[in-house]
Amino acid sequence: MSATLTPGTLRPVKPATATRPVERHWERLAPYGYVAPFYVLFLVFGLFPLLFTFYVALFDWNPIGDRTFVGLENFRQLGEDPRFWNALRNTFSIWIISTVPQLIIALILAQVLNNAFLRLANFFRMAMLLPYITSVAATAIVFAQLFNRDYGLLNWFLELLGFGHVDFMSTAVGSHVLISAMVIWRWFGYNTLLYLASLQAVPRDLYEAAAVDGAGPVKQFFHITLPSLRPVIVFTVIMSTIGGLQIFTEPLLLSNGTLTCGTARQCQTLSLFLFEQGFGSFKFGYGSAIGVALFAIIVIVAFINFLLSSRLGKKG
Amino acid sequence: MATTTDSRRRNDTRPAASTRRRRRGIVRVRWYTYLILSLAAAACVFPVYWMFVVSSVGSEAATQLPPRVVPGGNFLDLLRLVFETVPFVRSLINSFIVAALIAVGQAFLCSLAGFAFAKMTFRGRDVLFLILVLTMTVPAQLAVIPQYMVISTLGWVDTLQALVVPGLVSAFGIFWMRQHISATISDELLQAARMDGANSWQIFARIAFPVVRPAAAVLGLLGFVNAWNDFLWPFIVLKSPDMYTAQIAIKALQSNISVDLGLAMAGSFLVTIPLLVLFAFFGKQMVSGIMDGAFKG
Repeated sequence: MSATLTPGTLRPVKPATATRPVERHWERLAPYGYVAPFYVLFLVFGLFPLLFTFYVALFDWNPIGDRTFVGLENFRQLGEDPRFWNALRNTFSIWIISTVPQLIIALILAQVLNNAFLRLANFFRMAMLLPYITSVAATAIVFAQLFNRDYGLLNWFLELLGFGHVDFMSTAVGSHVLISAMVIWRWFGYNTLLYLASLQAVPRDLYEAAAVDGAGPVKQFFHITLPSLRPVIVFTVIMSTIGGLQIFTEPLLLSNGTLTCGTARQCQTLSLFLFEQGFGSFKFGYGSAIGVALFAIIVIVAFINFLLSSRLGKKG
Repeated sequence: MATTTDSRRRNDTRPAASTRRRRRGIVRVRWYTYLILSLAAAACVFPVYWMFVVSSVGSEAATQLPPRVVPGGNFLDLLRLVFETVPFVRSLINSFIVAALIAVGQAFLCSLAGFAFAKMTFRGRDVLFLILVLTMTVPAQLAVIPQYMVISTLGWVDTLQALVVPGLVSAFGIFWMRQHISATISDELLQAARMDGANSWQIFARIAFPVVRPAAAVLGLLGFVNAWNDFLWPFIVLKSPDMYTAQIAIKALQSNISVDLGLAMAGSFLVTIPLLVLFAFFGKQMVSGIMDGAFKG
């Protein structure tokens, strides 16, 4: 390769034959060393636990280490467990109520923000990122308060409008709406920024030409914004599927830290159910079976979403 | 990112008369644009502001109707009570240790790996990179039970390294630094350094890293924010109140029925303050960092 002469030194270079093969050897290995930390950590804390979940799910396994092989018994029980189907329903309900409005709001705001003449653009962008930096644990208490049956600000407004008081956490629909409101609040600004970044790469001429042809903001949105954002929309839909179906902290904290999320399990999600069985009842095997089921669900839903959202706007 | 938008805006404000007329209908900012954005901004800011109002007045602010919207003067008194109720100082220190180590680890290890992927050729590079991208879609959280077993086998239950080590480097961070290094560092520069006899580590440490330090800093910042706010994993591996991070401490505060709502809000706001300070100084960089990391069409 290159000469080993170091500029600025008069010291003779050591004989090339003595050092260069060794040095070259290390240089060949160096890039593997640079990328190794990620793969090692992923193997230990990501891939191995994921694969091991499938193994543990075949056992009656408690934290002390006692285990009995039971085959698919855990899955058979899961299929007959009404708590599982309840958690599955809740998870889907919360995921849809939180994801769909969130991404639609983000799309609209991104188009509104994508204006070179906008004043205070930086202020608006920063304001929308504020929820992202605020922790779920801190905001849960605020949302619980705002939606409180007796003193909540929202209920105060509802009362003024003549709707009476709503006890959000006591019903399935109410608690799902409250949990989703918190998820939407936290993530719509983040997604707006992702969409905005993508929109800024769309040539401005496209919008100008459309406007000259008489296309208003709505037509521009459906014929330019949506098709050009397709890749980033696919990305955010997949990401909110993976995140949304694993939702845990919001329902836990809004229900005051109960793993069942209410006496009737009205907002217990699959992640909460997994946690309750694994760490509350110390059934590692049954908990892992829930994990496997959740994994299968996420893979299927993410794949369907991928198919649907990559067709989005293709005709337009 | 910010500078390109600014220059574009400067250029656009003085277009030729004919194009200005043509453009008026397209880019003129309509009044409802500001209305929509102001509503969205208010929705984002209000809950955080409300948290401060209640923690500066006391629980009566939360039960008062019509609601009180002006902060009071009791914040410090309530904070003192928070510190007396739970070992909060300890929790804040734990959170700082964890978040700071993760921030440094992310900034350094992701830059190093990003450099290898962007500027070095080695066998299996493309396959390794594809694997890296795919790992971003692995729903790792559902494997919490075996993850806990791993931590338990290592003897790390109820320790801070259980939080730090798994978070030291991330696929997202490597992907992100690779983009930055590819875009900002020319191959000629690295070739010249190689001619001078520098090895890959020297090239990284003396040439590549100094150039991408701002990007690495933003990555570290985002790592800090995420580690500071993390809930589920600390909730699983931490057992004793002395090891709690700040998020677990406020959860303990909130679910304690005997604790007054004003106190719980004060604790929650206190935990948010360090991030608000970071955000006030570096919010603009975080915004452009997130936008830079996004797909560009």
